[in-house]
Amino acid sequence: MTLSRRTVLKGSAAALATGFTLNGRAPAIAQAANRTLKFIPHANLSSIDPIGTTGYVVRNHGYMVYDTLYSFDSQFKPKPQMAEGHEVSTDGKTYTIRLREGLKFHDGEPVRSRDVVASLKRWAARDGFGQTVMALTDEMPVIDDRTFQFRLKEPFPLLIEALGKPSSPVPFIMPERIAQTDPATPIKEAIGSGPFRFLANEWVPGSRAAYARFEGYVPRNEPIDGHAGGKVVHLDRVEWVIIPDPATATAALQRGEVDWYEQPQGDLLPVLEQSRDITITSFDPIGTVVLLRFNHLHPPFDNPKVRQAVLAAASQNDYMTAMVGNPKLFRECKSFFPCGTPMSTGAGGEAMIANLDKAKAMLRDSGYKGEKVVIISPTDLAYLHTLGLVTEDLLKRLGMNVELVATDWGTVLARRASQEAPDKGGWNIFHTTAVGVEFMSPTSHLALRGHGRAAWPGWPTNPTIEKLRQDSLKSGSLDEQRAIAAQMEREAFTAAPYVPIGQYQLPTAMRRNITGLIAASAPFVWNIRKA
Amino acid sequence: MITFILRRLVAAVPVLAVVTILVFSLLYFAPGDPATIIGGDLATPEEIARIRSVLGLDQPFHVRLAIFLGQLLTGDLGTSIFSNLPVTHLIAQRIEPTLALATVTILFSIAVAIPLGTLSAWKAEALIDRLVMVVSVLGFSIPVFVLGYGLIWLFAIKLQWLPVQGYTPLSQGVGPWLANLVLPTLSLSTVYIALIARITRASLLEVLAQDYVRTAKAKGLGDRKVLGHALGNAAVPIATIVGIGIALLIGGVVVTETVFAIPGLGRLLVDAILRRDYPIIQGVILLFAAVYVLINLMIDISYAVFDPRIRY
Repeated sequence: MTLSRRTVLKGSAAALATGFTLNGRAPAIAQAANRTLKFIPHANLSSIDPIGTTGYVVRNHGYMVYDTLYSFDSQFKPKPQMAEGHEVSTDGKTYTIRLREGLKFHDGEPVRSRDVVASLKRWAARDGFGQTVMALTDEMPVIDDRTFQFRLKEPFPLLIEALGKPSSPVPFIMPERIAQTDPATPIKEAIGSGPFRFLANEWVPGSRAAYARFEGYVPRNEPIDGHAGGKVVHLDRVEWVIIPDPATATAALQRGEVDWYEQPQGDLLPVLEQSRDITITSFDPIGTVVLLRFNHLHPPFDNPKVRQAVLAAASQNDYMTAMVGNPKLFRECKSFFPCGTPMSTGAGGEAMIANLDKAKAMLRDSGYKGEKVVIISPTDLAYLHTLGLVTEDLLKRLGMNVELVATDWGTVLARRASQEAPDKGGWNIFHTTAVGVEFMSPTSHLALRGHGRAAWPGWPTNPTIEKLRQDSLKSGSLDEQRAIAAQMEREAFTAAPYVPIGQYQLPTAMRRNITGLIAASAPFVWNIRKA
Repeated sequence: MITFILRRLVAAVPVLAVVTILVFSLLYFAPGDPATIIGGDLATPEEIARIRSVLGLDQPFHVRLAIFLGQLLTGDLGTSIFSNLPVTHLIAQRIEPTLALATVTILFSIAVAIPLGTLSAWKAEALIDRLVMVVSVLGFSIPVFVLGYGLIWLFAIKLQWLPVQGYTPLSQGVGPWLANLVLPTLSLSTVYIALIARITRASLLEVLAQDYVRTAKAKGLGDRKVLGHALGNAAVPIATIVGIGIALLIGGVVVTETVFAIPGLGRLLVDAILRRDYPIIQGVILLFAAVYVLINLMIDISYAVFDPRIRY
């Protein structure tokens, strides 16, 4: 076949008539592209069960698909989300919660009280705060399709706060038939009542996940405020593009193949900053806390004086400079509750003097006998391995006998769970980070618990902290809770269950045509517009 | 020949059985545990113990092995511990990109390397020969990921000719499919071009020094015809190296798939190893082992095609 000039002209005219432009895109296609957000999450979505798996990427998937009864506003106060509201009996032991009208799951079924009860039971089986709730709950009777109750053994003023818990695992609501799955067995269907439907047929673990706007979602009327308020969606579709290599992800954002890169790597930020088309910002107003955890079961950190010496030697500035680099993105925070949250008092923080000479003297007086300190450090998570290297150097300068075990995160997690002695597969120190909201309440702060071998790895025993935690469960007012938090912090700076080594903001990078980012602890896509 | 193929296929069964038990044992004794990863950073010892129990990870070695072998005999590779999706489904999702990348890379490598090697041998010790050998050494020396980043910077960021990452299935059109494969293929094929070109040159030089070539030249046979004869006789070592190259490619695609975010089997395996998703690791390695066995068989068959003296 040959092409004549006339044929070409005819073809061009036909193309223009049908609306095609020279770059091969019809206006309708371009419009569809403007309603599709391509997002690079910080990790692979390997599971779709936000209760069974506590990784933040699965939690973020959960926020797309599911909704919660209550949500925290920007002032960290729980506000009704799926709930229309609640009533508390005069003795404080019965909470009657009523659901909003018209709530629907993605399979078209209405959200009923029995779905909520089953979901909360599954959540409570995996969550520390949830276990506290259930330990104080006699029963959860279903009154009608939109009403259910918590009948408590004793008044529990923090119940609504627990139901609005913003971080992993979040008390997401799913259909009863799915919520009845054993909490340790991953669910097979992602059916929620949230603003987006999960497109299961498009899910390729390790590569992509896709979500479509749920037409049946009815947002609240209140304006968006943190996690709370109306989740108004301006997009038709969201695609998660999994790009494990940070340099490739950066290039994809530069090229415009994706719209939003959740967590660009620190050393690649200067590359992105040079682009006029890209904005670097942060969505989490609290940020992430960083900690150095001791194993309290074995020498030398079974000795509080040795822990205090390390606490006195640690310089948050050194750690944060090595890990984050840019001083605009981190802050020193001598507090066991995240700075900027209501419970952070900093009481006792003066123990963190960052003075190596004084710390050496403290170590000499502690009775440290030169026992080996095993630091387990994951090289596949570069930011955590950096912390391991800083601690190795610090402890050597302090005069300790140190071994840094560099391995992968999977092995760190497995070894960390071992309560054996360090020379028999155990450990002495690991480092980790947690989204600030995890640690902002005396009740849900796992790393502050002091219930021995049942506690989070590190297994400190501290009856004072445990008693204060019990007191916090009964405290109604913010002032009371702050007073308890101050006592907890003072005790923690003495007992040193771990060393808080800083707080930082995770940068996020997006194309300039993306607007409406919400200040919250997760990358929400409602309120987002793409020009 | 058919008897030979059948004999080799039957012999593959114990090989695959040994691989299966070896991989299972290695994973059993390797450090790490999917329960701790599912439990996450904030899981307590009770939670981890419970997850381990539900997953059956607290069962002794022989019980777990028996369950795994039982599943395997019914053609069931198991279910991913994390996604709860069948391993066969996950492999099916990932096989096309890997197959496409490997096939295009090997075809491109052969298409470039054999003429280069032939030219180099024909013009041995001339400038062009030196040049080809320098390029070969460079091809061996530059790591795939370094070349990958360089190509992305030039062709995707600066010139904006090609996409940075991803894979478009062939069903969505040859153009987009090829666009996504160009840069990964260029990165990955460099090593193979270098390898095949050098072997082609060495084999041809040996053949070209044979008496029959000299005789053919003396009798006035044209260069093209002489080269054609010589290439046929040099084909056996070239076929061997191409076969080894295909087998090595399985390792090479892991890096390339990561750099170019191609959802292939290599990345599936690496992700599974990092998470200790045992059923996926076992399934993919078993598949790779079967592919190795098949490639070896095909190389042996190709010997008979290239060299009529070889008969099975």
